[in-house]
Amino acid sequence: MNKRTNTGQGPGLLISSVPGPTATGLSEPQAEVEETLKRIQSHKGVIGTMVVNAEGIPIRTTLDNSTTVQYAGLLHQLTMKARSTVRDIDPQNDLTFLRIRSKKHEIMVAPDKEYLLIVIQNPCE
Amino acid sequence: MAPKQKQKKKSSRGKKSPKPILAASEDMEPVNMESMGHPEIYPLVLTTKTQEIFNCRIDEDVTDEQPYKLINKEDIFEDLRNRAAVSDFHPVKKIVQEYPGNELLLVYDKDFKYGLNFYLIGTEEGKENYLNPPEVPEEQEEYKEHIPEDVYVYKPPVSKPWVSLGSEKEIEEESVMESTKQITYMISQKRIEFGAPVKFSDQNASSVKDAYIECTAYPDKNFTLKQLEKDVGMQVIPQIKDISTQTEWTYPKNATIQYYPREFSEEEKETLKQSRPLVDFLNNASISVEIALQQNEIMNTFIDDWKYLAEEEGTFGDKTDTHLKEYQSFTDLHSPTEKMITCISWHPTIYGLIAVSVAVRLSFEDRVYFSGKLLLQPSLILFWSFSDPIHPQLMLESPDDIFCFKFCPSDPNIIAGGCINGQIVLWDITAHADRIENIKAGGSRSKKATLKPMFLLEPESNKEAMYIRHCAVSSIESGHKKVITDIHWLSDTFEINRMGSVFENRSGICCQLVTCSADCTICFWDIRPQKPLTPQTTEKKKEESIEIPFDVPSTFLHLDLSWKPLSKIRLSKGETSLDHCPTRISLNEDHLLYKTEDKTLTQSKTVKAGEMNPYHNLESGMANLLKPIDDFCTKFFVGTEDGEVIYTDWKMEKDPETGRHMPKKPVSIHTIHDGTVHTIQRSPFYNDIILTVGGWNVAIWKEGVMTGPLLQSCCAPKMYTSGHWSLTRPGVFYIGREDGYIDIWDLLEKTHEPAQSQNICITMITYIKPWIFSAKQQFIAIADYYGTLHILEIPWTLSRPSTNEMTSVNYYFEREVKHLEYVEQRKNIREQEKKEMELEMEKKKIKTYQKSKEQMEAELKMDYESYLELEKTILINLGLLKVTEKGSYMDVV
Repeated sequence: MNKRTNTGQGPGLLISSVPGPTATGLSEPQAEVEETLKRIQSHKGVIGTMVVNAEGIPIRTTLDNSTTVQYAGLLHQLTMKARSTVRDIDPQNDLTFLRIRSKKHEIMVAPDKEYLLIVIQNPCE
Repeated sequence: MAPKQKQKKKSSRGKKSPKPILAASEDMEPVNMESMGHPEIYPLVLTTKTQEIFNCRIDEDVTDEQPYKLINKEDIFEDLRNRAAVSDFHPVKKIVQEYPGNELLLVYDKDFKYGLNFYLIGTEEGKENYLNPPEVPEEQEEYKEHIPEDVYVYKPPVSKPWVSLGSEKEIEEESVMESTKQITYMISQKRIEFGAPVKFSDQNASSVKDAYIECTAYPDKNFTLKQLEKDVGMQVIPQIKDISTQTEWTYPKNATIQYYPREFSEEEKETLKQSRPLVDFLNNASISVEIALQQNEIMNTFIDDWKYLAEEEGTFGDKTDTHLKEYQSFTDLHSPTEKMITCISWHPTIYGLIAVSVAVRLSFEDRVYFSGKLLLQPSLILFWSFSDPIHPQLMLESPDDIFCFKFCPSDPNIIAGGCINGQIVLWDITAHADRIENIKAGGSRSKKATLKPMFLLEPESNKEAMYIRHCAVSSIESGHKKVITDIHWLSDTFEINRMGSVFENRSGICCQLVTCSADCTICFWDIRPQKPLTPQTTEKKKEESIEIPFDVPSTFLHLDLSWKPLSKIRLSKGETSLDHCPTRISLNEDHLLYKTEDKTLTQSKTVKAGEMNPYHNLESGMANLLKPIDDFCTKFFVGTEDGEVIYTDWKMEKDPETGRHMPKKPVSIHTIHDGTVHTIQRSPFYNDIILTVGGWNVAIWKEGVMTGPLLQSCCAPKMYTSGHWSLTRPGVFYIGREDGYIDIWDLLEKTHEPAQSQNICITMITYIKPWIFSAKQQFIAIADYYGTLHILEIPWTLSRPSTNEMTSVNYYFEREVKHLEYVEQRKNIREQEKKEMELEMEKKKIKTYQKSKEQMEAELKMDYESYLELEKTILINLGLLKVTEKGSYMDVV
């Protein structure tokens, strides 16, 4: 590690070599995320996919903004309610998956401590 | 001028005691005016004789100014002596004797205030008072004048001693006092017995006799008094009830909240994406999500199989159920020439009313030949009603044969029609609207006619059809030059300006039309008054003032004969002079008037229009003020006479060379049909599926898929002459043939041929128009070449869609689209393959060519060498050659 600093004369040159993040390390999580979401989106009948954080703020989405915000807010509340219901009945238990089947499509919510994965699919043949 | 006595005299109200009777005796008391508060005044009667004696004659000595006279005491005495009892002063003799002074005052009482005509004042004081008091008030008045009026000196009330005015007597009378003295008893015990122990015991009073004495009250008739009068004080007040409560008043208050959702910015999203926890979460979650997705893809677990099982049987009904049943047919029996029906339109709101346009059944040459005869006959649009199959209800007159017409969607009393000579004709039948609305009574009237007396009969005019003249026609010079083949009202949600840019239509009514005609142009028209561009046009108008018959409404007066199109689009085929000749157009409209749920909406809309009819107050459009809508789809389909289906744009663009506004080039042109395209229609269920019928085949297109039609039927044995989608079933459409058969196609049943075929009439079918009246009643109107209009009822199976028909048809179209794409791809692939193969072939050819040249040389050489060897061996075998000799080979050869 070479560190050379000039006090005043001439142009200041600070050379520091810090081992920066390797090229592969940076894109890996990002690429993984993209890849996973793409895989889910390519399933048959999937209308939209979105990742929402614990507060209901969307992080990633394939739908337009207003729809995303609406789904995120509503489903976040519903998931919280469902989770609290499950835990009230049995505190050892926890919510793992939530599926809402409606006339037109099915909404699937995979909850986590910090995030929510919401997928909307049209299962009709 | 009686003096007011200011002295307060203790005068007691006369007790109710009888006054002493005046006895003519000398001892009587003189009567004074004590009762009136003036005890010193003694009224007297003086006879005229007395008056003469004392010189107090009335009106001579004693006048109004000086009503008093002072009389000497001595004179009075003398008179008394002279005349004794006769003297007038007799009653006051005593007073006179007692009078201290010498002179007495005698006052003339003109008004008989004290009862008699004179009175004597018996005291010195009284005399003084009488003579002096007038000065006092005068003094007071003078005093008052000196004081300035704004200064008010406050004089506190001075308490004066109470002067009884007789009120205590009243109180005494009213008060109740004991009149008799009450008896008192005193009961006492002996002193000895004080403090003795007491023994109390209970005893029933009624059991022991004489244990008690009672004095019961009993009504004694001697002492019953009937009160006849009662003095009761009363006061009348209104009945008022005062109640109050205190409540908490919650008053409504408007409160609004505006909020926006929390969102992450882009950078935050990026950082989050890269975080490890998110990745881990996704990996874990996606497993379960994918399981769920796959489950759904495999099978739909919520399907009720039983339910779906039942429905499917309904579609494959027996043939008898699926026939169109004849309901009614209409023919105009009064027309002299043979006519054909060119266009049908059901009335949008009134049940059972259908309008047809009839045209003469002649070819062009015949028209020219008989033009004189044709001029005399009116060209009509007839209104037929179910209740009267012989007489049309209304007849709309037009200058020439109408080939297409439409009711205005926002006001069914406005009808626009396209003429054979290129004019647009407008009718306004608002005045006759009530006539056609109350048609149902028409049939029954004829039965009752014989029973009613003559003067009650409805006038014959109801039976006679009314000829209604058109309201306005378009300008002949600037409109179309040839027959107008199609006319449409533009939706009331948007409007167009000259450039073709789309604006929001603020007026809420349909005000623009689009027409296409055989002169290869498509024109857009606006029915609102245009602002005059130049003053010349108005002058022209004045010169041409044509008198309009009085019964024609003036709704479109501003348009009559001067109506110019808003913009014209010429469908040119490029440089050549032959242009496309449009026969039908289909715009991208999203109004689905055919759905029964929307029928109420349209009805209510038209009712509103009727109340304050906006068509009578048309104002020019606001296109200049509004901004154009950008993302509006301005493309539309055009079918031409040559069988082409053109997809083009109405928006003008600026030509860079000439600087003029030119219509855009068409997006796509397909030649599918072998004959004139006479039907281009959007499906009532899908906005982007179009049915085109022309020549001998049918094609279904999807807007946006430019490669070709989704479905193209093979050539039919008979020419197709008209077509229409079914209004309730997404996969069904009706095609009319030239031999009078109607083909019913069902895309879910068969796509290569019609599902069924039914004979309607003997001649060519010119127009088909189905209509929904209720969920159970659907009619289809079929017009034929001989001028007869057939109304048929659509059976249940053809009108009612099966439950998953929509999805099936969707699926079918998607499949077809994919098929087309696949075909395209395959085409590309094949082309590529072909190219490659050709290339290879080429290469091969070149290679083989090259190779052969070298090869040939090498082969030749080898052949030559092998030949030499062969020769050598042969010669050796022949013994002509010795083995050792080498050089002779070459010589031998």
